[in-house]
Formats: sequence, structure tokens, C-alpha cells
Amino acid sequence: MKYWRARPAADLERRWALPALVAALVALIVASLAIGRYPLALATIVDTLLGRGDGSQSQATAETILLLVRLPRVATAVMVGAGLSLAGAAFQTVFRNPMASPSLLGVSAGAGFGASLALLFHLPTLAVEGAAFIGGLAAVAASFLAASSVRGNSLITLILCGMVMSALFQAMISLVKYVADPVDTLATITFWLMGSLAKANAADAATVAAPVLLGGATLFALRWRISLLALGEHEAAALGADVARLRTIVILCATAMTAATVCVAGIVGWVGLLVPHIARMLFGMEPGRAMIATATLGALFVLGVDDVARSASLIEIPLGVMTAVIGAPFFLFLVIKARNEQWS
Amino acid sequence: MVVTAAIEIVDLCFRRAAGREFVLDSISLTARAGELLVLLGPNGAGKSTLVHCLLGLATPEQGHVRALGDDLRGFGRREIAKRIGYVPQAGHSAFAFTVQQMVLMGRTAHIDGVGSPSPQDHEITQRAMIDMGVDHLRTKPFTQISGGEQQLALIARAVAQDTPIIVMDEPTSSLDLGNQGRVLTLMKKLAAAGKTVVMTTHLPDQAFNLGARVALLRSGRLVAEGAAAEVCDRDSMSRLYGAPMLRLAAEDAKGVVAFVPDLD
Repeated sequence: MKYWRARPAADLERRWALPALVAALVALIVASLAIGRYPLALATIVDTLLGRGDGSQSQATAETILLLVRLPRVATAVMVGAGLSLAGAAFQTVFRNPMASPSLLGVSAGAGFGASLALLFHLPTLAVEGAAFIGGLAAVAASFLAASSVRGNSLITLILCGMVMSALFQAMISLVKYVADPVDTLATITFWLMGSLAKANAADAATVAAPVLLGGATLFALRWRISLLALGEHEAAALGADVARLRTIVILCATAMTAATVCVAGIVGWVGLLVPHIARMLFGMEPGRAMIATATLGALFVLGVDDVARSASLIEIPLGVMTAVIGAPFFLFLVIKARNEQWS
Repeated sequence: MVVTAAIEIVDLCFRRAAGREFVLDSISLTARAGELLVLLGPNGAGKSTLVHCLLGLATPEQGHVRALGDDLRGFGRREIAKRIGYVPQAGHSAFAFTVQQMVLMGRTAHIDGVGSPSPQDHEITQRAMIDMGVDHLRTKPFTQISGGEQQLALIARAVAQDTPIIVMDEPTSSLDLGNQGRVLTLMKKLAAAGKTVVMTTHLPDQAFNLGARVALLRSGRLVAEGAAAEVCDRDSMSRLYGAPMLRLAAEDAKGVVAFVPDLD
């Protein structure tokens, strides 16, 4: 079962590597605020953020663009990236499976079904988020139970079961779309499911930030004990970890974080698979470093992809499409690696 | 005053579900501080289940496991892990933790739920790695060292856990003879330091080599118990493993006796 052989690149283990990564995220956040169809100068951004307006017309326009459009969108992208990546890393640890991720376990589709059902009935945001959480939880539970009832259950079994659940919930989403009102609800659900941050507003940013920050803080506080789960149930318990309770907490947090991202950005696949791998490869397994690196890299990735999505062409490319184009080949690479190294 | 046994198993019965047959049937065993206890038995005899009961990972249907006089039933995971350390079989490594991170995990029971290892934990870890001879592997990923090195690192982890009792499940099963010797030497060292070491193995000669007490387990029952030289003879080993055995002994073998299957 030697299924992860990566070794942290020596120079990235140095002290400056992690602060440099965080600095890169800050730089990208500032750049993301500046770029777009209406470019903003750095000075204008700083002035607006600090509330030092000169009262001119261009200043007012800049303020509108910055505060109502770009800042919420950037904040949402950062939270979606960090949330999906941390959730992916958490699922990988708890299931001891380097190929687990929110979308491959069916959590995203389950959350998508819950949320689209709530949207169908025009329920308030909090109810949409709750329904997404319940849908996601149902999907991960079903995947796990299905996988554990397969004899000789291997790493691939859980992924296959997750894909089955994902397909099932996708079908139910189609059913919701089929009965949805074609004039307004259908379009809303369809665009949202494609995974887009185009309409992200301040309320969306808050909707995703609260669960991601709370879930992230809980996982970070318990990071050291959670890392023990990667050793397996018996070993972790014999070392003194309360495995059942830890697992429950991790799954609840990771599902809530995934559900929150689905509520604002739809189903954005592959991030939760891709980013934890790269983080472990570059920054190693020490739980604190690995978590900070995962969250930062995830935010960098989604923010960067969203920047391209909104500025590469005249029409917006859906975010979920872009992450799939990058993520799918990476997944194939992992499967090939799994075959060659004989993960059981 | 009666000396309390470090580990005391009283009339232990275990089965996977009510109505199924017993995996462990009325087992009673004790081990004192500084004693080595070797559990011998064929595959499926219940050795691993007994190990799980000793660690509180399986709950017996009847009977008690007491560590330093206290019943494990009343304890949470951390309290058990402060008394009993566990050395699993090497080769089940998952993610690429470094050897140091792996050994550091032995400190879990001494760290609060939301805490991280303190400088003192790092110091204890360092000492355990030096004592067990794996300090030079500190920064190596656990997945990239040999099976023998992994086993030594796992023993270092149990040493860092700092428990009076250490339970090892087939710690030598995937190792070459040189590494088997290294592991056995460490076990002797741990017992000499006053720890109680319980291990399972398929090689009776290891019990002779360790000067250990032996418990023979067959079909969930305790068949015999005592010093290796008293309990392990050609007849008892042939009966235990359900196949004819040859007993190998030599003048210059320092009292170590080995058993090999008789193929005729």
C-alpha cells in the first residue's frame, strides 16, 4: 500500500516558502481587483479601499466596480478555492484515499441536488445552504456504505461508488431541472450548476465564507489529531485518538465546506483532488504547513482560473469547465500512477 | 503485599456477533513488569483478536483486561494509550509522513485534543529515535525506507509513547534475519528497562532467543503457558500447528531451539 511517494522539494521546505506562497496570494488578489474590462490603477484601488475618494465621477465608477463587483467575486473565489481544497484534503485523510475529493465522492452532486431542490421552491439562502449540506452528507454516507459492502474493497472501489452516487444525484438534478419553470428557475439552476462566479455578490461571499472559515478553523485546531487518521482506524485509536468522533467532525466540516461552495459557485470539480496533492508534493506532510499550503494554493488556483475565465474572451467561460480541463488529465495521471505503483 | 501484574487477562471471551462461535474462549493470562510474553499459535487461532482486546480495540463479551490493575473498560482512548503502546506490522504506510512525524505521533496520548506537539514531545521523540537507531532516517519519507527500518521506526514510536506496556503484532513477520535480530534485541532492551512486552509471532525460536514466557493459543483457547523451554517441544509444536515438526537444537546455539516442518 505504498501509495504516495512524493517527497517535498527540498528548497520549498525552507522557512520562506510558505510566507512566499501567502504573499503570492495577496499579490494575485490585488491584481484580480485591478484587471477586467474596466482596468483599475493600483492607486485607485488603495484609495477606494481606504475610503479616500476624491469625489470625481471616475472615482465613483471605480468604487462601484470594486465594492459591488470585483471584491465580492474575488472574496468568493478565494473562499471557494480554499474551501474545496481543504475539504478534499480532509476527505483524503479520513478515507485514507489519495484519490478522494468532494466531486469524486458524490458530495458536490449531492449538495447540488439539495441546493437545486431548494432553489426550485424559491427557498431563502440559509435553506438552500442547509439543503446542500444534507444532500452532500447523504451522498458521502451512501458512497462510503456502498464501498464498505464491496468485498476486497480497494481505493478505486470508493471512487467508483462515489461516481455512482454522483451519477444518481446528477440524474435527480436533471429531474429538478425538468420540472423547473423554464422562464426563470431553469436558467438560474443551469447556469449556477455549470460553476460560475459571474454573479457573485457580497451576500454570496458571506454565504461561502462563514462555513469555510468555521470549518477550516475547526479542522486547523484539530489538525494534528486528524493527521493520525491517515494511519488507519486501529493504529490511530491505539495511539490515543478518538477515531469515531474525529471522523464525524472531519466529514461534517468537509461536507459543510463543500456544500457552501456549491451554494455560491455550483459544482466546481477537480479542485479538491488537484490542490491537496500539489500541496503535499511541494510542502510535505506536517499538518499545519500542509493545511496552510492547501488553503492558499486552492485560493490561488480558483482565483487565477476565474481571472482567466472572465478576461480571456468576450464571453465568460464557466469556471467548472476550466477546472475540468485542467483537472481531468491530472486525475488520469493519478490513475496511471496508481496502476504502476500498485495501490491496493 | 501482592505484586500487581502489569497486564492481567481474566476469563476473556470474544466473538464477532452473538450466536457465532467464540474467537477467544476463556483466556486468562498475566504478565509482570519487565517480562516478555510471546503468543504462539497457528493462523486464525485468535492471536490478533487477543491483541485487539489487549489494546481495547475490541470489546470482549465476557471477562476483563486490566492494565496496571485497572479495567480497560472504564477508560477512554487516551487513557489506554498512556498505559499500552502498540507496534503494528510494518508495510501499511499510507501518506508519506517523514520518520520523525511518524515517531512523533507516538506522543498523541500526551497531547491535548486541539494541541500540537510541544518542544518536550520533540525531545522525547528525538531520544526514542536515537535509542532505537533510526535517528539518521529522521527526514526520510516513511514510504521510502525498507520494511526493517519501518519496523524499527514503529518501535521507536511506541517508545516515544512512553507506556509501561507494549504490544507488538507480528513485528518480525516481513523482516529478514538481520532485521529480526535487531527487533528482538530492542525488545530485550525494552524489557530490561522494566517494560512489559507482549508479542505475537510464527517463530517459536524467537521465544527461546528472548528468554520469554510463552502462551500457546489454538482455536481461541489457551493450550499451554510457561517458559519457552518447558512449553515448546516437538509434540506440543506439532499439535499446535497441526503438522509434524522437527526440533532443531545444537550445542553452540546458546539454548535456542528452532522448529521446522517435517516434510515426510
